[in-house]
Amino acid sequence: MKAIAIKNNQPIPFDTIPTLEYSQFLEFNTSLLQDENHHCVNYYGIAIQDKVKLICCIANDKDALFHVSSSLVPRQTPIESFTQHHLAFEKFEREIYENFGVPIRNHPWLKPVRFAFNQTNKNNTIANYPFFNIESEELHQVGVGPIHAGIIEPGHFRFICNGEQILHLEIQLGYQHRGIETLFLQKKKLIERHTLAENISGDSVVGHTTTFANLWEVLCNVKTDVESHFARTLALELERIAIHTGDLSGMCTDVGYQLGSAVYGRLRTPIINFFQQWCGNRMAKSLIRAGFSNFPITEELGEKLKKVLDAFEPDFDEICKETFSAPTVLGRFEKTGIVTNAVGKSIGLVGMAARMTNINRDIRTSHPYNLYPNLSHQPILKHHGDAYSRARIKYREVKQSIAYIKTLLNAIPAENTNKIVLPKPTPNTFVLSMVEGWRGEICHCAITDAQGELVHYKIKDPSFHNWLAMALAVRNNEISDFPISNKSFNLSYAGHDL
Amino acid sequence: MLSLVLMVVTSLFFMGIVIRTKSITSGRKGPGIFQPMKDVIRLWKKGAVFSRTTSFIFQIAPSIYFASIIMAILVIPFGQYKGIVSFDGDFVFFAYVLALGKFFSIIGALDTGSSFEGMGASREALYSMLAEPAFFILMGSFALYTGHTSFYEIFTSLHFGSYISYALGILATFVLIMIAMIENSRMPVDDPKTHLELTMVHEVMILDNSGFDLGLILFGTNLKFAMYGALIANFFTGSFSILISILIFLVVQILFAIMVGILESFSARFRMGNNAQFIFTLTSFSILIFFGVLLIMGKFV
Repeated sequence: MKAIAIKNNQPIPFDTIPTLEYSQFLEFNTSLLQDENHHCVNYYGIAIQDKVKLICCIANDKDALFHVSSSLVPRQTPIESFTQHHLAFEKFEREIYENFGVPIRNHPWLKPVRFAFNQTNKNNTIANYPFFNIESEELHQVGVGPIHAGIIEPGHFRFICNGEQILHLEIQLGYQHRGIETLFLQKKKLIERHTLAENISGDSVVGHTTTFANLWEVLCNVKTDVESHFARTLALELERIAIHTGDLSGMCTDVGYQLGSAVYGRLRTPIINFFQQWCGNRMAKSLIRAGFSNFPITEELGEKLKKVLDAFEPDFDEICKETFSAPTVLGRFEKTGIVTNAVGKSIGLVGMAARMTNINRDIRTSHPYNLYPNLSHQPILKHHGDAYSRARIKYREVKQSIAYIKTLLNAIPAENTNKIVLPKPTPNTFVLSMVEGWRGEICHCAITDAQGELVHYKIKDPSFHNWLAMALAVRNNEISDFPISNKSFNLSYAGHDL
Repeated sequence: MLSLVLMVVTSLFFMGIVIRTKSITSGRKGPGIFQPMKDVIRLWKKGAVFSRTTSFIFQIAPSIYFASIIMAILVIPFGQYKGIVSFDGDFVFFAYVLALGKFFSIIGALDTGSSFEGMGASREALYSMLAEPAFFILMGSFALYTGHTSFYEIFTSLHFGSYISYALGILATFVLIMIAMIENSRMPVDDPKTHLELTMVHEVMILDNSGFDLGLILFGTNLKFAMYGALIANFFTGSFSILISILIFLVVQILFAIMVGILESFSARFRMGNNAQFIFTLTSFSILIFFGVLLIMGKFV
């Protein structure tokens, strides 16, 4: 057997993951990706004495399974790259190279990723990052960042332009050095780990915390109660509504459409204010906890949420009708930042960015968790892969989420008064947990040692896959259309840098 | 003299009305109509910071830009009253003294050495260049119609008789409004509110300016709006008594400001590549005016 097949949130003993020869490992995993139903969800390394254990998780979206395989390689011996066979591994291999110094042969773009504190080559800094360069007299370079013009996060974008037209964009992140994965091991208290999960990416608090809570519960061998399942599903859909609406506002701002900018901005507020009423924090921090729920949804809160949504929906429909019928707005959205289906497949897009280019990839359908098996979710697909498709997907997904929340609110589970104390995690276990956040699939993998302590925790935000798509999408676009492409993807810098 | 006073007065509240209109259409209360002017005065009280990579050009550019606008304003008449300066062919002087100011603001932006400001400068130069034929064909047509070549004489001898001449007045107003929007870098050609350097045209050129210089540039924009508003008002004030003329002038300016606000509230900025095409269509409007004039004068066979 070359790989072990597991389900979402299914704990397995760590040593049941088959260890293959590297050549076999490479051949097996890259050949899996030849099938369209497979995509790479995580590929990373763990230091084991002087060697590196590579673990590759490939999702089978048809059978709701993950194929997990591994290989033990020495640090110095060069290995052939996965990337030459399939581009989806590009960032993952760069990360392995950066963290462990394993030389990777025939990788087209073997550059630093995030300049982690514990990287192998301490001489790698942003100052000597090998940017793609031009010699031409006719072309010019434009560098944007790392200080952002607005108030978001640090990242450097270097454009090579022919006049107003972008020929090439290189995105260099890695300005934030929080070391979240290491902190997960150092901080032993559960509350600290919850707080860490909440802060992986500020706009996906519910997504990351739900992933962590689901993972921790199966790791501790505790059955999640119905109320927690309910609260997590509800919160995930609410977060989707809030962020998608905010993104539509941002997209309108970036094309200078004031009406949309103002109205979507106003509409987002009552949704996040509901989080405030529910758990005391507008970003839903402290809402989700493994093992129990501090903030049960009461009938009264359910009624309030219904009222909020009833007020939200007609206004949202009206402004969407305005936005999507305004010629000047359509003129900016349509054919801007196109990612074709073929490109999307080759670089392994995930989440909303995959669905806008007609790739049917949604963890809620393919690997359901929490209450999603009951909702029988059907992903919304678009075909053109431009900013307009992304805006439309945001609109349709908000509508879908409202419908789900209304269905969920019809059967609010009773409060679970039986507060359990979580036991210690099962020793020598590997768990993979995935959640479809609003941006795309969030994947956390944990490994415990013989005492049941965490020895490795791996976080993958969907942005890790999708940043490359943004760089490719803006090629041959006008440089002034870059902000609208950027906003329509709305990728996370913090989720990438960790 | 009267026209200068009126234009300066208008410039004090013009942008305030635009901003207030935009606030109201987006469901906000908005600042008072004198707020933009208060901001300018605040800037005037400050010193300026100059980047070490810039030379004296960057330092003199804002002053020359502002001076060029003042000089352009001097030639604009008001109803029966001449501007402070008036001579044959002063509309050519008007266009090129503004172009001189623009030239300095462009080389001032290039002087900073920033890649953004270079892009903004090249965009602004292109758009001004494309707007120029529209203005000259427009003014040339009226010069042909009236037989005079100074603003004052053109406006005083311009009277609307036939239906065609009303149509010409409306077309001319439209062309002038659009030229004002382009020259002041407003929607739909440029988005003055954006915070994104890559999409800016005029805003990016003044990123490095601060304090007093920035105040001059901002007040210059207000003056320019009032100036184009005055040109438009002149089409309608020709033969009325002074009090009614002043009233018409103010009404035209306020309507113009509200229109700018509404135009900016309900549309998005054009794609940069389509701007050139859009601006060039203004020239065809001007040519329509030209043909209208030929028609009225019976020069068509």
